[in-house]
Amino acid sequence: MAFLEISNLEKSFGTNRVVKDFNLSIDQGEFVSLLGPSGCGKTTVLRMVGGFETPSGGTITIDDVDVNGLRPNQRNIGMVFQAYALFPNLTVAQNVAFGLKVAGVDKAQTRDRVREMLELIGLSDLGGRYPFQLSGGQQQRVALARALAVRPKVLLLDEPLSALDAKIRASLRREIREIQQRLAITTIFVTHDQEEALSMSDRVVVMTGGMADQIGTPYQIYNQPTTRFVAGFVGTLNTFDATVTDPATGVVQIGETSVVLNRAVPALKGAAVTLAMRPESATLGAGQDGDLILKGKITEVQFQGAIIRITADVGGQQLTLDQFNRAGSPPPAIGAETSISLPASSLVVLVA
Amino acid sequence: MSKVLAWTAIVLGCIYFILPMIGMAEFSLSMRRGVYSLDAYRVVLADPVFQATFGYSVVMALVTIAFGVLLVVPTAYWVQLKLPEMRPVVEFITLLPLVIPAIVIVFGYIRLYNTSSWLPLTGTVMGTNLLLMFGYTMLAMPYMYRAVDTGLRSIDVATLTEAAQSLGAGWVRIVMTIILPNVLGAVLSGAFLTFAIVIGEFTMAAILDRPAFGPYMQLLGANRAYEPAALAVIAFAITWACMGLIQMVSKLFKHKRAQS
Amino acid sequence: MAGFSVLQARAARWVGLLPFLLFTGLFLILPTLYIVVGAFRTPTGGFTFENIINLNTPTIRSAYWVSLKISFMSALLGCIIGFAMAAAVTLGGVSRRVKNPLLTFSGVASNFAGVPLAFAFIATIGPAGLITMYLRTEFGINLRLYGWNLLSSTGLIITYLFFQIPLMILIITPALEGLKREWREAADILGATRLQYWRMVAFPILFPSILGTMALLFANAFGAVATAIALTGPSLNIAPILLYAQIRGDVLGSPNLGYALAFGMIVITGLANTLYIVLRLRAERWLK
Repeated sequence: MAFLEISNLEKSFGTNRVVKDFNLSIDQGEFVSLLGPSGCGKTTVLRMVGGFETPSGGTITIDDVDVNGLRPNQRNIGMVFQAYALFPNLTVAQNVAFGLKVAGVDKAQTRDRVREMLELIGLSDLGGRYPFQLSGGQQQRVALARALAVRPKVLLLDEPLSALDAKIRASLRREIREIQQRLAITTIFVTHDQEEALSMSDRVVVMTGGMADQIGTPYQIYNQPTTRFVAGFVGTLNTFDATVTDPATGVVQIGETSVVLNRAVPALKGAAVTLAMRPESATLGAGQDGDLILKGKITEVQFQGAIIRITADVGGQQLTLDQFNRAGSPPPAIGAETSISLPASSLVVLVA
Repeated sequence: MSKVLAWTAIVLGCIYFILPMIGMAEFSLSMRRGVYSLDAYRVVLADPVFQATFGYSVVMALVTIAFGVLLVVPTAYWVQLKLPEMRPVVEFITLLPLVIPAIVIVFGYIRLYNTSSWLPLTGTVMGTNLLLMFGYTMLAMPYMYRAVDTGLRSIDVATLTEAAQSLGAGWVRIVMTIILPNVLGAVLSGAFLTFAIVIGEFTMAAILDRPAFGPYMQLLGANRAYEPAALAVIAFAITWACMGLIQMVSKLFKHKRAQS
Repeated sequence: MAGFSVLQARAARWVGLLPFLLFTGLFLILPTLYIVVGAFRTPTGGFTFENIINLNTPTIRSAYWVSLKISFMSALLGCIIGFAMAAAVTLGGVSRRVKNPLLTFSGVASNFAGVPLAFAFIATIGPAGLITMYLRTEFGINLRLYGWNLLSSTGLIITYLFFQIPLMILIITPALEGLKREWREAADILGATRLQYWRMVAFPILFPSILGTMALLFANAFGAVATAIALTGPSLNIAPILLYAQIRGDVLGSPNLGYALAFGMIVITGLANTLYIVLRLRAERWLK
């Protein structure tokens, strides 16, 4: 059995089913993100693991112990909140020591542990300060230290970076991941920011409408989305409406162009499907051997620095492709007729 | 806190508050021996002294409200617009009546403005009435100022003023037609609270020896048994009505603002 | 020319504040200052500490002492009971339909002071009050035999609670609502029991507000005149009533003693209110 096992988890508020049949197995030391838009149920799942909400159905097992009847203060779980939740009347050191004090750990050990944790988060000099004297990023690091001081079995983070500004978010993201890996602590991280989820996690759970749409590594989620929602939610996506001409060999019709996919398509002849493609898969010009060639007219060029985002009109539909900036070759002109090549394997068929 | 403990606290508290109200209501209805009647109320309401003192206090309340609004609204407006750095000082002054007991203030009045002083207000009846009204204004000022100040802060005073000025309006017109209507809710709240305070006020009226409702009640209490209870019920009803009107007014004006 | 208009502009700004300053100056600040100064003046106009020193008579000492006692007790009890009720409606899981009427009623009751309040209590637990008579006729309990007398300082304390408790409820409810849910949850998941959370987090956070409000209640009771007079007549020896009697009829034999009495009252209420402000600021700083 996995270290943290969530089976058939259900939660309803009145008639509103907020979490539906949620299943997840997490191994010891794994970092798993719950990614999804607001209202998808990710925070509710987290809070049920923490013990702040009682499940309407299903079980949660941590280290072979069914935690269902246990109160939050009996579960030996650490939690970091979006709003930091540092106790305003206690200093940084006292905040970090809180869990230890409650557990009755003696003063000397507490002091050492607090020192250790403050070193871990790089705030050794700020032990005597009060929360209102710290910046948001500092407060969140203290919150992390406080949660980890008691050596919990599982660490839960509820959108911890949402309240911080972009620069701090980026550096704190790295720091959290480093600490998590160093301590090898099983972690569940809730976020609506896909960049965070993809860059930090061992695995990502994309959630919508109370259910897990797809569970996989960041690479899998991004490149092999299994549902239309995952494909659309994670990263930018080009979608084309197409009609199936030959399901066996995968011939589809995009507007006036016929495209051969060289693989079976799970739809009937004449059915309408959606083809999805990531912008970085396409290139302007001839491309590689065996690539599909589409003809189009450039409608928009966005110079974003390292990336140039080009939008073209292909047979009446919009296609966005990203290419790297090359100092020698300037971006193409708007209105130019061009050919766009892409490998057939980069087209994902989503059944509408 | 467990629900049982919570409900116990609430119920015990309610008992403490309900008993005196039942007591005064019951007592007020017991004038006629053996049977509940409105005799006490009848006697009180027919008493010409009651009518005179109650009328006096009502008039004083209305005058105090008018004067208070005329003083507080332009001042709060001016401070927000032109002298924001004086706000802490002005706020501090408006809160002084909560610190300095009324009896001390009125003591100062009779020493400072008696017949041998440079402003002999207590020498004449009208002068004393005026002095009493000023005292009432002071008592009500903390509440009136806070209400109006809060009301003003929820509208963009600076922009409204500039717009009005660019259309040619003078100060008085601005205050009367633009500022006042927009803080009407706050002003009314302050007005009702002032009314409740003035109607029941005792200390200042007694020391300045004016025929107000407060001293009348106290005198009656010293000499009669049932009528004071009736008066207490009437006074409580008036206080309740004022508070209820304040709530109604704030809800009414909240909706109005939301619509725009 | 440029200098003049700058000066004029600055002066013009202050014109709008003039009515307010004039009015509060004449009818709030000046009278108070007059009293304060008068406390240090002899009848002929010289400076003296004599008035203050002459406050040290048994009557006056007793008056202040009883006032302090009544104010302190009504503030303490008002604090405790008010806190309990406010906590019950904000944290006790009681429905909103109880909380809002309670707050409305608190608004009414905190303003229902003075003469009518005294009447209400006399009608209820006074010598011929509803409860007094009920206990005597139904249960044969004669409260008087147990030493109960409404017309005393204890009776005054109990009467004052009628507006002290609601005032506490009104002021402490926002502070209680300001206790973030996340603090409770953070303490919970760090292993704390409910008691530990209250002892180590919630109570320390609320303490400045509670203490500050108690100071406010204290000042409130100390300056109250009407309820006391209406309840016990001008005979109960407390500071405000003593001052009242002195103003009306110089019962103490020395006109300037009145100033000293009033000055003493201002000092006490001033200190209490300063304590309130200081503690409020401290509490707000933490909860930034």
